[in-house]
Amino acid sequence: MSFFTRGFEGRRRDDAPEGRLPPGQYLTGGFPVLSAGPTPHTRLEEWTFAVEGGAEPVRWSWNEFRALPSETVTVDIHCVTRWSKLDTTWEGVSMDTLLAEVDHDASYVLAFCDGGYTTNLPLEDVTDAKAWIAHTYDGEPLDPEHGGPARLLVPHLYFWKSAKWVRGLRLLDDDEPGFWESNGYHLRGDPWREQRYWGD
Amino acid sequence: MAGAAVLGGLTTGWQVAEVVDAVDETPRVRTLVLSAPDWPGHRAGQHLDVRLTAPDGYQAQRSYSLSSAPGEPPAITVERLEDGEVSPFLVGELRPGDRLEVRGPIGGWFVWEPALGGPLLLVGGGSGIVPLMAMARLRAAAGSEVPARLLLSSRSWEDVIYRDELAALADGPRGLEVVHTLTRSQPAGWSGYARRVDEELLREVAWPAEANPQAFVCGPTAFVESIASGLVALGYPPERVKTERFGATG
Repeated sequence: MSFFTRGFEGRRRDDAPEGRLPPGQYLTGGFPVLSAGPTPHTRLEEWTFAVEGGAEPVRWSWNEFRALPSETVTVDIHCVTRWSKLDTTWEGVSMDTLLAEVDHDASYVLAFCDGGYTTNLPLEDVTDAKAWIAHTYDGEPLDPEHGGPARLLVPHLYFWKSAKWVRGLRLLDDDEPGFWESNGYHLRGDPWREQRYWGD
Repeated sequence: MAGAAVLGGLTTGWQVAEVVDAVDETPRVRTLVLSAPDWPGHRAGQHLDVRLTAPDGYQAQRSYSLSSAPGEPPAITVERLEDGEVSPFLVGELRPGDRLEVRGPIGGWFVWEPALGGPLLLVGGGSGIVPLMAMARLRAAAGSEVPARLLLSSRSWEDVIYRDELAALADGPRGLEVVHTLTRSQPAGWSGYARRVDEELLREVAWPAEANPQAFVCGPTAFVESIASGLVALGYPPERVKTERFGATG
């Protein structure tokens, strides 16, 4: 007989539509906040988004960034601390749009942020309509607590990859662990394969 | 078995742990001391993952901060969230002799060691004290002389987690300085703080920024947000303010 804990019944996932909740996750209606330090507050006049490591560095001011075409996407998000939130609606600039402006042959990116946070991603995880630099959540400008003025949005990976307060990307030939990835968390973080920690 | 947590080269996956002691800290908070044969040891501030399995195979997982000092058996201190799926079971149902699966320790950022120096500022809101207690216990166990101050916000005197042990840790010339604030109700004759931690209270209690303190802040999101911003406003460099927040988890 396999292991179970005496007395535990649990609440069934009747509220989760089939196939929407990765293993080990539960649904939340709220929007919990997790971060490693104080929330930075960067003024929009000082904000830029930079892509480094290509043939030429490319940089957008806030106004230039906001003049780029935005897309509205409705996606499920999954935090490694086990909450998942379904059907969240964001507006942002597709990474395809940004990377089209850069001449490069990189295989990985390292996103960098106000506050010193970084996260690493294979290029193929942020191209082909899989990632955005989001500036709007649920029709409102993105709140600083949730990463405003802009955060990375990579919904098919655990949400720590969707770095808050993102300020740019470094294009790399080789994978380089970011902040949480250097602190015990998985290099890629696919929630459907439960890649939470080192060794998963 | 899927998965592994790594600590200094050691690797552990899920393992069965037995509850060896259950201590009621407050009416809503309980400490579970675990016996986990393959526990690789932990650092102060880390957490562990808990996995509960029902007889029909249904599983639920959650993360909980470790409250015991490094070198001690792993212990978690859990607050009952009324609409939670897991915490009411851990606080209300589980008893010594019961078994559950654990994995860990997890996390390498929100961690204090005596060698990191100080002065050390710990700011906790409610059960946000839990990982800070592991740090305070480590400081005492290691005989560290790093000056350390704890500011703990609780709803009432009855809701103060580890109340007696905090008093004991505060004893002596190099004891932990403990400052309570009670936000909802206060016992008769209470002369301490009786309000939410605001900028003025923080300025009175926190080490001055010139002392280059290292701060750890843990509690509900709004609490952490307010304290962390307050410390930055007092001149603390953001990288010296480490935070851990409790979201709406059950």
